[in-house]
Amino acid sequence: MAKQINIALIGNPNTGKTSVFNQLTGLNQKVGNYPGITVEKKEGICKLPRGLKAHILDLPGTYSLNASSLDENVVIELLLNKSDKDYPDVAVVVSDVENLKRNLLLFTQIKDLGIPTILVINMADRMERKGISLDVELLEERLKTKVVLVSARKNTGIDELKEAIINYRHISDEPCVNASIIAPEYFDRLRKAFPNQSLYKLWLVITQDVNFGNINRNEVSSSELFETKSHTELKKLQHKETILRYQFINGVLKETMKVDASSAKDLRSRLDRVLTHKIWGYAIFFGILLLIFQAIYSWSSYPMDLIDETFAFLSEWTKTSLPAGAFTNLIAEGIIPGLGGIVIFIPQIAFLFFFISILEETGYMSRVVFLMDRIMRKFGLSGKSVVPLVSGTACAIPAVMATRNIENWKERLITILVVPFTTCSARLPVYLIIIALVIPDRAVWGFNLQGLTLMLLYLLGFGVAIGSAWILNLILNIKTRSHFVIEMPNYKLPMGKNIAINVVEKTKSFVFGAGKIILAISIILWVLASYGPGENFNQAEEIVTSEYSQNTEISENELEEEIASFKLRNSYIGIMGRGIEPVVAPLGYDWKIGIAIISSFAAREVFVGTLATIYSVGSDEEETIKNRMAAEINPILGGPLFTFASGVSLLLFYAFAMQCMSTLAIVKRETNTWKWPVLQLVVMTLFAYFVALAAFQLLK
Amino acid sequence: MKRTLADLKRGERGIIKDFSAENIPLKLLEMGCLPGNEVQMLQMAPFRDPMYLNINGSHLAIRKEIALLIEIDLIS
Repeated sequence: MAKQINIALIGNPNTGKTSVFNQLTGLNQKVGNYPGITVEKKEGICKLPRGLKAHILDLPGTYSLNASSLDENVVIELLLNKSDKDYPDVAVVVSDVENLKRNLLLFTQIKDLGIPTILVINMADRMERKGISLDVELLEERLKTKVVLVSARKNTGIDELKEAIINYRHISDEPCVNASIIAPEYFDRLRKAFPNQSLYKLWLVITQDVNFGNINRNEVSSSELFETKSHTELKKLQHKETILRYQFINGVLKETMKVDASSAKDLRSRLDRVLTHKIWGYAIFFGILLLIFQAIYSWSSYPMDLIDETFAFLSEWTKTSLPAGAFTNLIAEGIIPGLGGIVIFIPQIAFLFFFISILEETGYMSRVVFLMDRIMRKFGLSGKSVVPLVSGTACAIPAVMATRNIENWKERLITILVVPFTTCSARLPVYLIIIALVIPDRAVWGFNLQGLTLMLLYLLGFGVAIGSAWILNLILNIKTRSHFVIEMPNYKLPMGKNIAINVVEKTKSFVFGAGKIILAISIILWVLASYGPGENFNQAEEIVTSEYSQNTEISENELEEEIASFKLRNSYIGIMGRGIEPVVAPLGYDWKIGIAIISSFAAREVFVGTLATIYSVGSDEEETIKNRMAAEINPILGGPLFTFASGVSLLLFYAFAMQCMSTLAIVKRETNTWKWPVLQLVVMTLFAYFVALAAFQLLK
Repeated sequence: MKRTLADLKRGERGIIKDFSAENIPLKLLEMGCLPGNEVQMLQMAPFRDPMYLNINGSHLAIRKEIALLIEIDLIS
């Protein structure tokens, strides 16, 4: 078998690089992470003519080899390290015909590294509409490379590109620009000090804050053979280099590219005038948000109900068709519901990323960033934090995943840390039942008090998220060099294939990344709830049956519910619940709520179901549970357990506590350390505890 | 009077003057914000921050704090 050709796909953001990647590899791709960092690594296999194959690495989008973010570091680290197994035999630089001038800057840099480089000019189908004409032959000659016109959208030029890849050995590796003329003396000394290294590589090593496999940065910059320059001087030289490159590019394009502005149709400025307008821009943005969340809530409820029923059926089926015993119980009550707890999130994640991909593909997302940046910046967030924060009202999991677009690590981390404060849909069942219990159902000044309370809770979630972002911004000492310069890409129709692949990838990374942890914790919680020490648990059936032996009115069903309730009380989780009663009593709760709080660490909505089991209500019918809850007596203070004070305290606890292992799992995945999820868990739960404590003590 | 990018009104154009680029992110230069290039103000968010510009054919949004550092000559 012939050797695989290693290809690195490189390009500016918004050039359609990923579309080219998708066209080359189809579904033959996998997404992972670079070791130790959270930058996405996309690679795929491309079948070439004549039985050849290529391994394609889709490198993160970058504007130049002067890295200013983690993503961009990945590009330069690979290109400087010849011993890396992904080091390319040939680099394919993807450019956009409308921004060719700017795109060529990166091209000339890569060419100067001595890597054979193919230039792909994408979106060639737009040339006519934009009045652009290119002399491709002359361009190839001037740039000393092979140029391929491609339209990933129309799927043209891909075969030519594959042909060019096969013939990569014929591409010259001569540089375009001699960067050393910006400081001849300096580069001369550099050459003498390191005679065996490429000058441009040395220059990159000196100017970048990264370490490279085969050239040691300190060795270069501390060599006595030549004087090092100060940071300012180096920066000046980088400016000179940029100007030099643009001089070359301008010269080349003057000869090879003609733009007839009169035939260009400018849809962009007309759309921008409305979409970035001081009033209409915001109105349209909030309209779109409303539409998206309406769609997520109403559309995903159907598949979610279906998933719920399917897993309940599977669980029931396993119980009846497998021989009874501990193993069957583990499958039917531990593993299957655990898997169900993962799958149930898929519809919401898929829908959210479907919409986010559309917003990104069309170029609208950059306009949102533009509109929101000023407001969000005050709180240490970025314009790009808006989408995750609003997504959080559906579910924090896709929201945390949506922060990947934020290049600035500090702004991204803050966004991830505060997102779980927004009121997700899992809190809703808890809120609804407690509000129904403790807030009177009457209108004040025309507003229903219960509805008003619910709205207040949503606002509170947002307020605390923003407020804690502000505090984190002051506390977190993270230096990020990334400056806010965003490109406003042209508007495009979204490509179905890109959206489909994106949705599938994001869903997969949730199921396989966070899913494992969710499953593990579900099983642990199940074990804790289904086993208990001592006589009380093991002989629950006998004890309860004998207790009710005089009572002839009790039906078989009711008896079974009593047994289940008794068992739960004496299970490990029940013992834990009773153990923490002294801790939760000052908040106005009893041990039963303690159990519900512990078990709803898995997921908040479990609260209602757990209380139903403890009160042996059997069904999840809201009215029944509500009536049963209303009858509960506070073991210490006497009187009803659910008063206004304890209700408000419970609402606040659920509003702030970090009770969602799925979110913790995804935060671990996205930040690559347990540090941040553990911090979230501890800080949010403590905050929730003290707020709830203060509320109960003040109101009781 | 010194005129900077931040002084442009919507639709106005200017030519970027030579600047001491100490505090200007390299990324911006790489995107075409270089002396001698033309720049046009396209849109401004409320409080004139950030600003949406066409610099040498690149459509970019930058924060006001950076726009204030870049001197220009107005094209009337």
